[in-house]
Parts: sequence; structure tokens; C-alpha cells
Amino acid sequence: MAGQEQAIADYIAEQRLRVWRNRLPSIGTAIALLLLWHLVVTVFGIPTYIAPSPVQVAMVFVEKGDVLWINFLPTLFEAMAGFILGNSVAVLLAIWFVHSRFAERAFYPIAVFVNTIPIIAIAPILVLILGNGYAPKIVIASLICFFPTLVNMVRGLKAVSPQMFELMQVLSASNREILWKIRVQSSLPFLFAALKIASTTCVIGAIVGEWIGSNYGLGSLIIEATYNFRSPMLYATVILGASMAVAGFVLTTLAERRFVKWKTGSVH
Amino acid sequence: MLPGHSGNSAISIEELAVRFGDPLNRITALEDITFEVPKGSLITLVGPSGCGKSTLLRAIANLVDADQGKITVFGRTPEQARLARDFAFVFQESTLLPWRTALENVLLPLEVGRRQDNIEKHAEPAELLELVGLSGREGALPHELSGGMQQRVSIARALVCRPRVLLMDEPFGALDEITRDKLNEELLRIWKDTGTTIVFVTHSIPEAAYLGQKCLVLSRHPGRVLEFMDIEFSSPRKPAIRDTLDFVQVTGCLRTLLAEAGRV
Repeated sequence: MAGQEQAIADYIAEQRLRVWRNRLPSIGTAIALLLLWHLVVTVFGIPTYIAPSPVQVAMVFVEKGDVLWINFLPTLFEAMAGFILGNSVAVLLAIWFVHSRFAERAFYPIAVFVNTIPIIAIAPILVLILGNGYAPKIVIASLICFFPTLVNMVRGLKAVSPQMFELMQVLSASNREILWKIRVQSSLPFLFAALKIASTTCVIGAIVGEWIGSNYGLGSLIIEATYNFRSPMLYATVILGASMAVAGFVLTTLAERRFVKWKTGSVH
Repeated sequence: MLPGHSGNSAISIEELAVRFGDPLNRITALEDITFEVPKGSLITLVGPSGCGKSTLLRAIANLVDADQGKITVFGRTPEQARLARDFAFVFQESTLLPWRTALENVLLPLEVGRRQDNIEKHAEPAELLELVGLSGREGALPHELSGGMQQRVSIARALVCRPRVLLMDEPFGALDEITRDKLNEELLRIWKDTGTTIVFVTHSIPEAAYLGQKCLVLSRHPGRVLEFMDIEFSSPRKPAIRDTLDFVQVTGCLRTLLAEAGRV
């Protein structure tokens, strides 16, 4: 028996080691790239305003941490509010579309049209209409989330086999029961595929919104640092924005694992 | 008793015709179909592919509307029978909800439609899973079960409202032969235990002969009743009868009929 327990313990230890061994290449590559970056900047004597070294960027986090934090919070708020607003509207609209052919015919083309306008072109218009507060940033962040979620959600809600509908028909189920028992659940893999995209693009939306006449947030910090040739600050801001997007992506992926436990067919 | 309902039949069909397509392009799927399914019997339905056997089953289940003629299920129209949960349907695919466990899938019929009526007369889901040989697998998700097991769950689900008629559309058609033979055995056992009337569509001649007390043979273009033959084997049926001369004669007879049906 003892031998068997030992074997199990060995197996678990080996599995853990394997996990780390699988992570090693990516961690190693990242460290190597940082080293290379540092080496190139120092060996070729590149001026800081063109490209700062990783050490200089790291120093910004230490010395100007408070500035970064103060500007991080509004962007986080706008991105999250935009994420919630854009996706909620998209989901509700998708539910309406699958129940009303008229609604789908009337509004889908408009949604497609809105999606084709570059977000950078809508931003100034929204600032003009909504003023200079949080509102235009949130709307831009939500607009950028909206379309992929709408398209995926409509597909997801319709991804129910004809036989499943026949089953529900034999059971005399109402449309509402079909929606809650079947459609919503079967759309979850599609929804999460879209939410993963939205979790990163909502940060872009918030930052783009802050580019136009704003004096707070990571977007405004990017503009300010660029015009003043404060490259280490610019790099630090970019890294912070990217980290926010990655954190959003990871959280969405964790939520997906929690809510979608069954095996799914092809979801793109 | 309801008018027009002869006491011994579970399903009675008179001069049924079903047509598909728009007025410019009409296709007659079924024509002049008349037969009766006695209460508590198990009848099988065979025919060449495209003869409308699935359509016939769907017409009984109120999934397809009849253009002519009359269908009654225990004296009711298909719609009334559907609302009263007189029948249940088993599809070729198990149509289980992939996010629900076996037990939760069996419970589905109790959660939708006219809930109150169902709860009073429903069967115990755990017992049904035992009946179909799946006790111990109540908590399994469909993807953790084999194709045969999935189909067992869908049979348990069909039985949960204690239907008086079980309509089965090639339920074992996608399974391998060994699993299919085993499920045929179990279907006969379930039929005996529950006393449900069963209408079973299949494209397998041995299956039709082994299961059916009667076998309805359809011809195609359009689908008509070619023969409604009695199959008289000693009861209860054992797998060994498949090797008897009687069985070979019955399947031979069905095969001849089907060849004829294909030519019509």
C-alpha cells in the first residue's frame, strides 16, 4: 500500500513539474526579450525619448506610481461600464432579433452600418453630444463591445437543433420556456467567445475616448506623455493598459470555465 | 367515451393525406392512410427511404398538420393529445441538453408546458433511469455517456409523464448492431412493464420483425399502406427467435414487400 501511495505522490509531483516545464518556454522568451531590449538600448546609446530601457520604465512604476494609479482608475471604470452596457444591449437586442423577424430585418443592417464607422471617427461626435465627462468614454467602450457580441449572441441563440425544437413542441413548451431552458444555455459558448473579445476591446474604447479633450485616464496620459517626450511614462501607461485588458480576458475565461462545463461543438 | 372513438384502439387514422410545399410545387408525402393501433400494442413502421414514415409519426405527434383525413389518439385530436401529454416522442438523436445531467434531462418534461397537470401523474425519474439500466449514472453529463446510454436517457425522459403512447422515430438507427440488439431487448421489457402503446419507425427489417406485433409497410411517392401484417411469435420474445425459420420467413416476406414498395 505504501508503495502505491508513494507512486501517487510521485505522479502528482511529476505533473506539477510538467506544468512548470510547459510554462518555461514563454517565461524564458519574455525574459530574453527584455534583456535584448535593455542591451540594444544601452549598447547603441539610444536616447531615452526615442526608446527607454526596461529599467527606466520599471522606475516609472516605482516613482510615479501614484500618477499612474490616479489615471488607471477612471479608465478601469469606463472600460467596465462600457463592457457591461455594450454587452447588455447586444444580448437584449439579440434576444429580440430571434423572436421577431421584423426587428432583425429592421435593425440588423443599421447595427452593421454603425459597426463599419471607425470608432476614432465617432469619438469626437460623441464628445460633442455628451460633453467631456465619463459618458462619451463609456459609450465608445460599449460601442466597440457591442457588435461582436450581437452577432455571436444571435448565432448562439439560433444554434439549437431542429429536433430540439420539435422536442419542445411535443412538450407544448412556450417561447419563453424555450428561451430560458434551451436558447440561453446553448448560446453561452458563443456569448463567452464574444465576451473574451469585448474584455480587451473595451479598454481600447475607453482609452480612445480619453484621447479627445480629456485630462484624466490612461488615454490622456498617453497623449500627454507623447507630446512631452516622456517615453518611460508612455511605455508604463501602455503596459498598464495592456495589463488591464489581459486581466479582463483572464477573468472572462475563468467565468467561462465556471459556467460552461459541457462539451460544445464548433464555436468560432 | 368520446365520440368516434372505438374502444380498443390507441391511435386511429382515417384516409390521412399530408402534402408539402407551396401551391406551385405540391408534393404529396402521404395519401389514403388508414389503420388502427390497438391499445397496448407495439407496432413497427417500415418503408423505403423517403416514403413518409417519419412524416406519419410526426402527423400523429402534431408536428405536421394533416391536409385530409382524421387522426385520433385515444379519441382526441393530435393537438389535444399533445396538450394532455398523451404521447411522448423519441428521436433518432437523443436530443439531450448537454449542460444537464442524465437525471436533470429526464426532469425536463416536468418543467415545461402545462406544469401542474404533469406533476400529479409523473413517474419517479430515478426509478426510470433504473428501468433503462442507468442507475448510478444519474449525475453524468451527456458527453460522458455512450450513444446507447444517451438514447436510454431520452427513453427515460419520454416515459416521465407516463405517456399512453410512445412514438419512436428510428431511435436506435445511429447505434452499432450489438447496442441496438441490447436496446431492442430492453424496449420489449419496458413495453411489458409499462403497458405503453408503442409506434416504432425503423429501416431495419430484423428490428421491425423482432419488435413488432404488427408491422405497417409503406410504399413511396406518395406513401400509402402496402401491408399491415401481423407478426406472430411466441411471447415473450427471446433473442434466439432471430435464428428460427419462422423469423427468417417473416423477414423474407418483409423484404419482398419492401422491394415491391420501392418499385411502386
